[in-house]
Amino acid sequence: MFTRFNQFASPKHFYDLSARLTPWFTWASILLLLAGLYGGLVLAPADYQQGDSFRIIYIHVPSAWMSLFVYVVMAMAGGIGLIWHVKIADIIARSSASLGASFTFLALATGSLWGKPMWGTWWVWDARLTSELILLFLYLGYIALQSAFDDRRVAARAGAVLALVGLVNIPIIHYSVEWWSTLHQGPTITKFDAPSIHMSMLIPLLLMALAFKSYFISVLLIRARSEILEYECNSTWVEELISNRSF
Amino acid sequence: MYAYWKAFVVIVSRDAMLAFRRQAELVNPLIFFIMVVTLFPFAFGSDSELLQRITAGMIWITALLASTLSLDSIFRSDFDDGSIEQIVLSRYSLILLVAAKITAHWLLTGLPLIMVAMLIGFILSLPGQTMQALLATLLLGTPVLSLIGAIAVALTVGLRSGGMLLSLLILPLYMPVLIFSMLAVENAMSELPITAELYFLAGILVLSATLAPVATASSLRIRLS
Repeated sequence: MFTRFNQFASPKHFYDLSARLTPWFTWASILLLLAGLYGGLVLAPADYQQGDSFRIIYIHVPSAWMSLFVYVVMAMAGGIGLIWHVKIADIIARSSASLGASFTFLALATGSLWGKPMWGTWWVWDARLTSELILLFLYLGYIALQSAFDDRRVAARAGAVLALVGLVNIPIIHYSVEWWSTLHQGPTITKFDAPSIHMSMLIPLLLMALAFKSYFISVLLIRARSEILEYECNSTWVEELISNRSF
Repeated sequence: MYAYWKAFVVIVSRDAMLAFRRQAELVNPLIFFIMVVTLFPFAFGSDSELLQRITAGMIWITALLASTLSLDSIFRSDFDDGSIEQIVLSRYSLILLVAAKITAHWLLTGLPLIMVAMLIGFILSLPGQTMQALLATLLLGTPVLSLIGAIAVALTVGLRSGGMLLSLLILPLYMPVLIFSMLAVENAMSELPITAELYFLAGILVLSATLAPVATASSLRIRLS
């Protein structure tokens, strides 16, 4: 089993595998996105309090979910790279960072656009907004640290330590900020027994969440492929790949 | 057991001796601290009622900035003259020696900072209960700053853009400490109990005291590999 894993983790194998997987995830994300947007923007009824402006949750909530999910992926991949010296894990951690930062930024931007008509201001120092902002700072710190090193191996391992420290800190930051102030509307979906969101609104939201996930995977694979080529630019298989290519 | 304790004490006293031979490095963060505190009345006006309300917060923010600036000295000189490699190669656990260096750093910068903060609080006539809360939060909070900061210093020491990068990495991690400290101080101002916040700060201190030396040691190994 371990040899299989090693084979999977070899950059060349991963490069070939990801080439085959990327179109699947790309198409899945396009189809889910279309279905989710149609369900969310056309089929779902307007909210009885917020009217049509609630529809921004179809972008806002999936990107907020992704912002945390990607950080966990990044820290886990970093940890795997740190402990077992798996090159692919380093590459995945590195390629996730700017994607995660974009999702976090998207969640903040859409939240702010929604906040203007609802709360009457672009920004309030509300707990969840603030902890999302701090998450963005954590991402930006990681990216800044990555770009400060010339040696990719050292960069990957230093980044992994930082991401793991951040992972330990995220719950502490979250609850401290929560305690400090809260104004955000309570969670409407994580209450498993009786979600206070109607099915016709919930299903498009879940479709959008899946669409965001497949989008993340397909872009991650594309980014990882170009990282692999840069990482392995001195190895023979990359040279063969480039010399066999007709431009 | 005794040998470990001795190694710990040797590192602490070595760092203390080095610091006392370069006293400017000890005093500069304190001068910076006093100067920044002086800036606040210029920005907010000399209205004493308003200043009274923000004094504790301004002392805390200034302490954060001063400790960020002084953090670099944990490993800087050892990194420059190569003695960090000797420490890494030593037969004692690197985690223990790193913990000793962090302790020394807190004793040499954190503790004087607290004393100056108390002096400032006294001069600006903070009420007794607020002073007590401020002292307790600083005592529990500043070691956390040194502990978390040490990880980031180990990652960035010797890099070109080290100083700026260091602040970017640690300020988000400092935010919980600031939040709990200010909650405690606010409660003390309205004469409410502050035990819950202090327990949280103590919890963060215990967590970072157990994990931060490990993370710092592995960061140092990464940098020197």
